[in-house]
Amino acid sequence: MSKNIKLRKGLDINLAGKAEARLEVAPMAKSYAVSPLDYENVTPKLLVKVGDKVEAGSALFFDKNNPRILFTSPVSGVVSAINRGEKRKLLSVAVEPDQQQVAKAIKVVDTAKASREEIVEMLLESGLWTRIVERPYGIIANPDREPKAIFVSAFDSAPLAPDYNFILKEEKAAVEAGMALLARLTKGKVHLSARKSAEGYMSEVKGVEYHTFEGKHPAGNVGVQIHHIDRIAKGDIVWTVNIQDVAIIGRMLLSGKLDMSKTIAVTGSEVAKPCYKRIIAGAAVESIVGKTAENVRIISGNVLTGRTTAADGYISADANQLTLIPEGNVYELLGWAMPRFHRFSVSRAYFSWLCPKKEYKLDTNLNGGERPFVVTGLYENYLPMDVYVSYLLKACLVKDLDKMENLGLYEVLPEDLALCEFVDPSKIEMQQILRDGINLMIKES
Amino acid sequence: MGLRQFVDKIKPTFSEGGKLSFLHSTFEGFETFLYVPNTTTQRGAHVRDCNDIKRVMIMVVLALVPAMLVGMYNVGYQAGIEGILPAFWFGFLKALPTIIVSYVTGLAIEFAFAQKRKHEINEGFLVTGLLIPLVMPVTVPLWIVALSTAFAVIIGKEVFGGTGMNVFNPALLARAFAFFAYTPQMSGEAVWYADGKTGATALEQLATTGDMQWSVMDAFLGLIPGSLGETSTAAILLGAALLLFTGVASWRIMLSVFVGGLAFGYLFDAVGVTDYPAYYHLLVGGFAFGAVFMATDPVTSAQTNCGKWIYGFMVGALAVLIRVVNPAYPEGMMLSILFMNALAPLIDYFVVERNIARRKKLIKNVK
Repeated sequence: MSKNIKLRKGLDINLAGKAEARLEVAPMAKSYAVSPLDYENVTPKLLVKVGDKVEAGSALFFDKNNPRILFTSPVSGVVSAINRGEKRKLLSVAVEPDQQQVAKAIKVVDTAKASREEIVEMLLESGLWTRIVERPYGIIANPDREPKAIFVSAFDSAPLAPDYNFILKEEKAAVEAGMALLARLTKGKVHLSARKSAEGYMSEVKGVEYHTFEGKHPAGNVGVQIHHIDRIAKGDIVWTVNIQDVAIIGRMLLSGKLDMSKTIAVTGSEVAKPCYKRIIAGAAVESIVGKTAENVRIISGNVLTGRTTAADGYISADANQLTLIPEGNVYELLGWAMPRFHRFSVSRAYFSWLCPKKEYKLDTNLNGGERPFVVTGLYENYLPMDVYVSYLLKACLVKDLDKMENLGLYEVLPEDLALCEFVDPSKIEMQQILRDGINLMIKES
Repeated sequence: MGLRQFVDKIKPTFSEGGKLSFLHSTFEGFETFLYVPNTTTQRGAHVRDCNDIKRVMIMVVLALVPAMLVGMYNVGYQAGIEGILPAFWFGFLKALPTIIVSYVTGLAIEFAFAQKRKHEINEGFLVTGLLIPLVMPVTVPLWIVALSTAFAVIIGKEVFGGTGMNVFNPALLARAFAFFAYTPQMSGEAVWYADGKTGATALEQLATTGDMQWSVMDAFLGLIPGSLGETSTAAILLGAALLLFTGVASWRIMLSVFVGGLAFGYLFDAVGVTDYPAYYHLLVGGFAFGAVFMATDPVTSAQTNCGKWIYGFMVGALAVLIRVVNPAYPEGMMLSILFMNALAPLIDYFVVERNIARRKKLIKNVK
């Protein structure tokens, strides 16, 4: 029952610093952190204070909007810091790990026999519920609702993205157990989408609707896949889960305890030897890449959608990748008039079309100033969806809720517009505009 | 880095609180012209394509250069000057004042508005400022150039909110303003020519007599009377090639304008309203120039791909319709594009409505 979907729109940005297929185990970090900022629309309420002893799986804070949603510690140890920003906004809760790691006992249920509510309870208690994303809006799934379907993408097509077939090579049983659990959460289907050319066991996973995709980024974005498999209409709710998180859920079912270790790709032109590393979620950046040079942007995630973190920061909960690229805070004499052979552009006004195989070392320079919408017809080439990008963004800018809904706000998340933002010569902050639009919609509905 | 240090040194004078802070936007305009700023991405995608609006606009200016150079030569050629270089030099001296006046007037207004709004200076006028002299007869009095440029920038663009918000193509608006306000200097039989020689343009001859005194080859190369930049279809096509190759202009619009023009040209030829071949329309007057440089203006044309086909076809078809059916007013391209500029949002509206309808249908399918 597999269907191949071929996408013609999109772009693969060929960056330097691809992780080679080699796994290193990162040393235990000095501290691990859980941050409410890794999630959208969460109002955290603390459950611990500095000095408290916690186990892996102990709740650190919960969401005031939905008190059932717990955020748990990935390691056992002592709460070492509660970091706050302006107006005492909670930034993160840091835990200093013990020598001996102890995981909180989780009452694991048999997914085949237990009721749906028991399964939901188990996920909520372990904190793994936070890994389930709800669309529209890209927020943590509401445990009181039931989705029309659940979508899992088995590949990431973003620049320098990790290869999940490598990461999950040894975890077939865990992935299958996790998928079986997801199947219990919906009366609809669980869709698993893989790259057509991919090898590995994904096509053998049972109990799911298997799809294959061909094409450039964003073919791996689950939002794009949903659009081509079963579009989100008004009133629909679907859930999505990252494939590595499916494996973590499955691992808990098989072993009976929470194990938040995961494999990430350490990538980017500023990494000496890019490779895969085994870490525990929320690890301090220093434990993963060691000391970093000055003037480097450390991105938790990929260069298009990741969050900026710092040398003394942490990797975010949803990241399966850490990317280090140079900061571009330099002036460039007459740059806009130069041939710029070392820079990348989709436009043939530059020369990167001459060397399609070249690996680029891009920095964070904006490469121009922000301008109003001028060019047309460009964005649509980088979003394989039936959505008029500039019209949707303008609807968000003027806060017209009806238009936002009509033009497809429920179908896209900021990550889906990241490529449009990348190619835009007007340098418009599309992801932020869309996120503000979504948040307004959440507030008003 | 001596230059950079100098810029950094004088920067505080122009920044807020400095003595010359009222020139802040102007300074910033020149600074970003000289140096791509050191701004880094703060939110959203961490890396960005190195293409920006400056580069986009400069590509259009580059694309205009062949038409401008051939136009300058043609001015001398029409005045009867022998030799390529002397003829070009004659035309260059004739055209230069118009170009300077257009840029100075327009940029001064743009800078003033940018300062008032505390915006960065937009690069759009780099193109408009060159387009205006190219669509004017080279003999037009300079004060008319200045006045129509000011009209186009203020009424055509700034009142709508500046670059990206305007409804009408500013350069065409400048021409339309000059045409209707100062008709005797702009049209009729006494212009389009350099000093001392007057006569009807190819377009007027076609409209009145149904034939022209120039060969098809002359019309294609641009050795016919007309506005500075519009005569040489060959040079315009060279510019079109650059615009299409770099993806700056929409091939959909360009193609469909030519298709629309040809279709109506054939139609009129076939039913006997005209008795010259349809492709004449593409060679004379401002058709090719309008199709390549004016109709494709992304801000004032249709924005959806489907809309672009409709918009382009209508521009071409209307231009020929006006030319043929209304012989008193031979140049249909200008009016046709301005008219379709006004209709473009409506075309897009229906295209987007179809997208919305598809989305709404989804709900019914589910339930």
